[in-house]
Amino acid sequence: MDKLIVSPSPHLHSSCSTKGLMRDVLIALAPAVAVSIVFYGWRALLVLGVSVASCVLLEYLIVKYLLRKSTTVGDLSAAVTGVLLALNLPVTTPWWVVFLGALFAVGVAKMTFGGLGQNVFNPAIAGRVFLLISFPSYMTHWEAPQGLFGVDAVSGATPLGAIKEGLMQGASVPDLMAQHGWTYGQMLFSNIGGSAGEACAIAILLGFLYLVVRRVIKPWITLSILATVALVSLLFWGIDPARFTDPLFNLLTGGLLLGACFMATDYVTSPMSTAGGVVYGIGIGFITLMIRYFGSYPEGMSFAILIMNAAVPLLNIWFHQKKFGRA
Amino acid sequence: MARRTFSIGGIHPDDAKLSRNAAIEAIPLPSAVYISLAQHIGAPAKAVVAPGDKVKAGQVIAEPGGFVSAFIHSSVSGTVKSVGVCKDLSGKAAPCVEITVEGDEWVEGVDLTPDLVTDIPADGKAILEKIRLGGVVGLGGATFPTHVKLSPPPGKTCEMLIINGCECEPYLTSDERTMLEKGEQVVVGTALLSHVLGDPHAVIAVEDNKPEAIAHLRGIVERLRPLGGPYAGIEVRSLMKKYPEGGEKQLIDAVMGRQVKSGQLPIDAGAVVQNICTALAVYEAVQKNKPLVENSVTVTGKGAARQANLLVRVGTPLRHVIDCAGGLPDSIAKVVSGGPMMGKAVVNLDAPTLKGTGGLLLLTEAETRRGAEGSCIRCGKCADACPMGLEPFLLNRLARADRNDELEAASVQDCIQCGCCLYTCPANIPLLDIIAVAKARVLGIIKARAAAK
Repeated sequence: MDKLIVSPSPHLHSSCSTKGLMRDVLIALAPAVAVSIVFYGWRALLVLGVSVASCVLLEYLIVKYLLRKSTTVGDLSAAVTGVLLALNLPVTTPWWVVFLGALFAVGVAKMTFGGLGQNVFNPAIAGRVFLLISFPSYMTHWEAPQGLFGVDAVSGATPLGAIKEGLMQGASVPDLMAQHGWTYGQMLFSNIGGSAGEACAIAILLGFLYLVVRRVIKPWITLSILATVALVSLLFWGIDPARFTDPLFNLLTGGLLLGACFMATDYVTSPMSTAGGVVYGIGIGFITLMIRYFGSYPEGMSFAILIMNAAVPLLNIWFHQKKFGRA
Repeated sequence: MARRTFSIGGIHPDDAKLSRNAAIEAIPLPSAVYISLAQHIGAPAKAVVAPGDKVKAGQVIAEPGGFVSAFIHSSVSGTVKSVGVCKDLSGKAAPCVEITVEGDEWVEGVDLTPDLVTDIPADGKAILEKIRLGGVVGLGGATFPTHVKLSPPPGKTCEMLIINGCECEPYLTSDERTMLEKGEQVVVGTALLSHVLGDPHAVIAVEDNKPEAIAHLRGIVERLRPLGGPYAGIEVRSLMKKYPEGGEKQLIDAVMGRQVKSGQLPIDAGAVVQNICTALAVYEAVQKNKPLVENSVTVTGKGAARQANLLVRVGTPLRHVIDCAGGLPDSIAKVVSGGPMMGKAVVNLDAPTLKGTGGLLLLTEAETRRGAEGSCIRCGKCADACPMGLEPFLLNRLARADRNDELEAASVQDCIQCGCCLYTCPANIPLLDIIAVAKARVLGIIKARAAAK
């Protein structure tokens, strides 16, 4: 008798794998990581190392000893969470705070829901928001970039923080811009304070472009966030430029680009359909600006993504792909 | 500007047409053939021969068992050894006539010369009857009796005849070789089919990974156009390569820009689709009185002994076909009848070829082994790939939960089982396996509901 394998069709599989997709995300994050190390030096590397190692180790231990299943860290999703979490933290964050962030991200936001694919909230964002609420002093102690070989770090407020504070003290936006001497060129190429990953807009856009070209993600969620932020802030800025920051400032500051390109586009926590994704993006852009303009936090991207994460199951019910031959 | 492809989903696997340059070669006859009586969609044919009968090639050995059924002819000359059952390629018993091969004598009236006959009989009914008597069935995979497809129900007319030369399945090349080597016959066959349907516009649709076939057919169409009649309405259309372009609904969408509505037939959209090899079989049945008793079979694979396109008599054991292409190397772990996307894994190499056997794909274990199933990461790639616009990730979840009402609402019954979802899934979730089972279940429920009314 011949010994033949018998199984249903199809008999071939594309080379696409979860691990390969996650590897592509890591490659896309490489420019932002490299820039953060160049700008902030060894401390960026330390935060990154602790974050990635904690995420991977925690998932390994949870899967092996709590869930008693075969290990899943090989799919690289824990590593992606680790890198994203690190890029969302100031480089001055103490290592144990980073570890706690990883514990919340992987232990609570990801694994308690059942692991990869089951989590409602983006783990890295959940970790960041957990730290922002629990350790506000560490999380708002930003540092202006000093370069790889810089000795004395200058700490100060981020542009968004400075504007929020200045407005509360009665200053106007153009005054504050002039006072701090921020230029858009600076924001685009070398940041002016913030989380490690927010250091350079170009590096983030480069990664985003890579993901789109490799067809890892579709651009619609990101574009819908950016367009919403641009249009809504244009409206407010047009009404009162003394109270409201302009579109370009909003696009280039804080975690907006990092969030729009890498966090909001997370497969698991974003809608399945393109139409749902566009609505999801509009929601994120709008909520972010509302928090920035009217909220008590200077930055709203993380909260906006978490809120819209919660709306994804509904968006998946409302929006479907168009079926062939059906009205 | 004409459309170049279908509008929803689809994938771009490596087309791996390794055997595209291998000319079709007739293989030596086996010592015996096993002709299945259930090699078309519909009722099995009823045998009209008995053990001990002498038969000639082209002689009727079984008659249609119903309206949707087909004549079956002996593919060889020899003695009927048994009329019983044999195991098909899945190992299931099928009614079958076994004939011991003696010489190669054909029944009278069959024209075996290569001379091209271009005259189209004026009476479409006569053409249709010859197609029926020739046992012609659709050779694109479904083996639906051709004469049934060519008889639209009253009130419905065919606006366009589409001849399917897409051969969108990777690896397979028998259609491509047929277009290159029997292009004239294919075009005359197209004219015959068109005439039966009342001379509608006829489009021979070929994917653009076969530029030589497209150029060759275009030349023939131009040469034969002055003959007028159905020849004047034939066009060769180049389509963008995308799987599953050769799917009937996808092809109609690509060529006509019309979507056949769910639950309806192509004729409801004004289309009749026939395969390239069916057009050739129609030519032979009508112009040469030669029934459908042989077809071209691609034997290919990266691990195959050699790449070949073979002319094979219906009923030849698969093992004999593979042996004629250099045999089965030890490294081959799976033999697929058909293409890699929709073909069937062969259980029984002693099973015979059928009229619709178009290829044997030999795969090594490394090529065909599926990865371990992971968690769905909700990437949506399956939904992007689905040419029917379904959401395989959703169907998978509903199917595993046995939620039949929701499966029906999510149109699981529209699935064409092309395999795009499973091919694409980065987590190796056996989407199609699970959806196919659910589809059969839901179709059963729909049928039962209709019967109860």
